[in-house]
Amino acid sequence: MSERLTRFFASRWGIILAGAAIGLLAPLLQKAGNPPNMGICVACFERDIAGALGLHRAAAVQYIRPEIIAFVLGSLIAALLFKEFKPRAGSAPIVRFFLGMFAMIGALAFLGCPWRALLRLAGGDLNAILGLAGLVTGIAVGVMFLKAGYNLGRAQKTHTAVGWVMPLFMVSLLVLLILRPQFTKDGAIFFSKTGPGSLHALILISLAVGLVIGFLAQRTRFCTMGSIRDVILMGDTHLISGVGALLVVAFLANLVLGQFKLGFSPQPVAHSSHLWNFLGMSLAGLAFALAGGCPGRQLFLAGEGDGDAGVFVIGMIVGAGFSHNFALAGTPDSVVDGVLKVGGLTTYGQWAVIIGLVLCLLIGFTMRSKKAGEV
Amino acid sequence: MVTVDARGLSCPQPVMLAKQAIDKGEFPIEVLVDTVTSRENVRRLAQRLGLKVQAEPSGDGFKVTLDK
Repeated sequence: MSERLTRFFASRWGIILAGAAIGLLAPLLQKAGNPPNMGICVACFERDIAGALGLHRAAAVQYIRPEIIAFVLGSLIAALLFKEFKPRAGSAPIVRFFLGMFAMIGALAFLGCPWRALLRLAGGDLNAILGLAGLVTGIAVGVMFLKAGYNLGRAQKTHTAVGWVMPLFMVSLLVLLILRPQFTKDGAIFFSKTGPGSLHALILISLAVGLVIGFLAQRTRFCTMGSIRDVILMGDTHLISGVGALLVVAFLANLVLGQFKLGFSPQPVAHSSHLWNFLGMSLAGLAFALAGGCPGRQLFLAGEGDGDAGVFVIGMIVGAGFSHNFALAGTPDSVVDGVLKVGGLTTYGQWAVIIGLVLCLLIGFTMRSKKAGEV
Repeated sequence: MVTVDARGLSCPQPVMLAKQAIDKGEFPIEVLVDTVTSRENVRRLAQRLGLKVQAEPSGDGFKVTLDK
């Protein structure tokens, strides 16, 4: 039975089911209170968690997002049930940390992870096209490195407890979310009173949706980066059929829910600085490709015991801290007195994206071997 | 028998190594992997290329045998 289920989830219908589930549940989460065109965004939600913990002080984006917690725990449950929980670590963790950091800086320049890029497009936000084009470009560069022998070396099997670190970290976040302690006067834990961070569904709804998605994604290996990489690298359309399902179902759901609005500007929590939407996501796409997974996939891998994926996630959370503390994140377009004010990146933000791209290129050029799999 | 050791490697390395071995044309090929993800990815690659695939548990992971 377990083996038959495994084969179903590994099939094309399995991955389509996972993509369709995300495509349906994300707009519903938006209806239930999550921010517009942000029913789910792994990068944004990790950024909100960083804010809640006080790693940055952008008052509008601080909330411990239950979805992130539940993605890891849903994946953990699936991995335990199907005996796939495999504690492993040791494949260049420090590199993965910095890849996570700069992936976040790139994603926040665009204002979203690949999931949100798809959800933004499904909500009519045409800026997402620039983001997705950047994502494909970044991944294509990553594929060139992969073909030239890029790899971060082998992970090793390790102590069971290592695999539990990230799930337990997520449980700790859940405790902080429920107890809402305030450690110092005017200090953490922070919860936004206005802005995207203040918009959220009920905790139980977010947790339930997150668990379902975490479970399905662990079983099917849903990955946006992998979907594009596999098409470019070997013409394999398996994963991308799930991504297609996400896009189509989210589009239909937005139409039905009255959440579709076509155009470039102003779109919710988005800017129309085209070059930086493109370059920001190029950086993110390249970093995801070098690390072997999109932000969602890294959470699901962390849930099934992959310590290196956990390090990437922590890198992303720390990256969100830097991103807002150093004013690197994109500023959304706004309408002031009836006049559209185009947002985008500060000069610091632009430099951060360029530095990130250079760093990722250096990693790609220097970390390869003649014999694939060897270091 | 050609052996490809893809244990400990993450996506897409196991599939790339398997593909390299397939392209060399020496069969059968035995691919060692340590996750179900890699096992299914290698299986899918082989099926797409019209090869015979057999997977069995081996040590901490799996042995996937590919043949024409």
